[in-house]
Amino acid sequence: MTAARPRLAVFKFASCDGCQLTLLDCEDELLALAGSVEITHFLEASSAVLAGPYDLSLVEGSITTAEDRERIRDVRRQSRRLVSIGACATAGGIQALRNMADVTEFTRAVYARPEYISTLATSTAIADHVPVDFELRGCPINRSQLLQVIASFLLGATPALPSSSVCVECKRRGTPCVMVTQGIPCLGPVTHAGCGALCPAYNRGCYGCFGPADTAATAALIPRLRQLRMADDAIVRTFHTFNAAAPAFRDVSTGVGERPA
Amino acid sequence: MTHSATRTIDGTPIGRVEGEGRLRIELHAGAVASVELRIFEPPRFFEALLRGRAYTEPPDITARICGICPVAYQMSACAAIEDACGMTVGGGLAELRRLLYCGEWLESHALHVYMLHAPDFLGYDGAVAMARDHRSDVERGLRLKRLGNRIMEVVGGRAIHPVNVRVGGFYRLPTAGELGELVHELRWALGAAMATVEWVSGFRAPAFEGDWDLIALAEPGAYPSLGRSVQASSGRLDIDAADFLAHVHERHVAHSTALHSSWAGGEYLVGALARYAISHAALPPQAAMAARDAGLGEMCRNPFQSIVVRSVEMMVACEEAMRIIDGYEAPRTPSVQVAPRAGVGHGVSEAPRGLLYHRYELAADGTIASATIVPPTSQNQAAIEHDLRRFAAENSGLDDATLATRCEQLVRCYDPCISCATHFLDVQVLRR
Ligand code: SF4
Ligand code: SF4
Repeated sequence: MTAARPRLAVFKFASCDGCQLTLLDCEDELLALAGSVEITHFLEASSAVLAGPYDLSLVEGSITTAEDRERIRDVRRQSRRLVSIGACATAGGIQALRNMADVTEFTRAVYARPEYISTLATSTAIADHVPVDFELRGCPINRSQLLQVIASFLLGATPALPSSSVCVECKRRGTPCVMVTQGIPCLGPVTHAGCGALCPAYNRGCYGCFGPADTAATAALIPRLRQLRMADDAIVRTFHTFNAAAPAFRDVSTGVGERPA
Repeated sequence: MTHSATRTIDGTPIGRVEGEGRLRIELHAGAVASVELRIFEPPRFFEALLRGRAYTEPPDITARICGICPVAYQMSACAAIEDACGMTVGGGLAELRRLLYCGEWLESHALHVYMLHAPDFLGYDGAVAMARDHRSDVERGLRLKRLGNRIMEVVGGRAIHPVNVRVGGFYRLPTAGELGELVHELRWALGAAMATVEWVSGFRAPAFEGDWDLIALAEPGAYPSLGRSVQASSGRLDIDAADFLAHVHERHVAHSTALHSSWAGGEYLVGALARYAISHAALPPQAAMAARDAGLGEMCRNPFQSIVVRSVEMMVACEEAMRIIDGYEAPRTPSVQVAPRAGVGHGVSEAPRGLLYHRYELAADGTIASATIVPPTSQNQAAIEHDLRRFAAENSGLDDATLATRCEQLVRCYDPCISCATHFLDVQVLRR
């Protein structure tokens, strides 16, 4: 027998499928990758489902049901390495806005028969339930970062991806700061690197889709956003989107009211 | 097992669809008692969490309903909000929106045709397994898909959840040079899409005819992507987007976290078959020729042949994209200003999987008071279950495993998007 290829699996929880689609979007690398790993469980791409254990599991989505709370434990038990991919999996996603609201009222607002729906009051990150070997940020994740992460784990290493802010990426890309030169409010200074500073290159302020940078000083950015004539409620709303439940972004709600500029 | 009086086929999750769901079929003495397409994607409550947000936010927020068709969500959201504010965005900006949509159609159709659907006809579990024997075909599909993504990156900034779309237009306009760089690959892609039409029209499709009506947007003189006029192929419906909810009703059923849509006219289907039935006369020249050569006629009612229609639509996307780039003159500004006002707006557009409707009610300052979103898969779910019931009855002599596989294949024909529908698949066959 020749040495078995490492076994790769992809699992989905509450999500939009965008992060796992990122793997299929690696059009130039997909067939080569499929040659070096055995894709054992990837429902979006193959109807063949092989049982665990898996060497590397990529987990998309957040935990929002009692069933999924059990399922993620089972996935963890079967996975040698587990990487959570995307804002849903690393921070709860946009669906974590329920954490700040009344989920029963949310259910009534959307469904005519709320009694058919069973859901938890919160949407939580994978790491809140099981140990995670690496968290890959973004809504959605970045294609080349995903490939780097897979390659690192296949080599038995932990991926080394920058945890600095989007600002650093603007400098590297040579994009003039949109806040300084155009007065456009931007979350770049507090947002985790990884997208390559996309929005500023499109004349738009970063809206934080990669979540907080490791050293996010959100309190220091808020006065600056106010100066650029962002209303307090707009500031809170902007932080409360795809990474609303990441502590540094979540706690901005109180920060705006309490901390003076 | 095949001939026992009571049979229940309880399925494992259906693969190669967007999102996760299950199918449950119950047969009593060989007759189909019930078919349920079960959508167990956990609810994410978009319509609830949109309340209280600013009218500028739905393009970014609703994109996250679906990673496969974010552009569709952005386009229907923009159209609805602009409608609420008494605006229409036309001219060069509308052309750029169409171009962005061409990217999504090409990417999504290449994904479905090559990676999700073709393996069923050729007997593989997926495209990776298929590539072992059909490498050059799979490579062609991947290259078409890559171009779709490239178009979305150039116009939208990113292939999944584009960052460059806003109410009123875009944040930054592409340069003529950036668009020009797409043309060479588009020329190759038009030929490759035509080769796709020839390839898939050679597949053996089981004989099956849907008896539903087909509903899609209709744009005068064009194959539809943006617009307001919603029509049925039977001619029994011809309405403006504003009247959509007066005709289509959403129903909540116990076996699903998706809402079913129904229409007084009965089951109806949206998507490629519907667009083709209503607008085949508006196909661009090469796509029209390929459709004729593939023997499609004026209407195709066999869901198994939807793969041919989707391939024709890949040609549409390429021809349209080249037409738009060829005539591109940069609009004066990247967006037009859209001032908020109190009101209700309706927006429709053609997602790769079919008609997507948005409705927003705004307060005077632009705060969203309520939101309603009707995705294509919720509209198709009743028709899919209706077809499954007929198909399972016609094939009830098959053993459970074969019947389950065939039914699962039928479900994939509609290119269901379960992530969207939740607000939907596992095959179970029950025999009693
Ligand atoms: S993080 Fe964003 S792109 Fe990824 S699955 Fe969640 S909503 Fe989709
Ligand atoms: S700039 Fe910010 S919002 Fe834009 S893609 Fe990057 S992290 Fe996301």
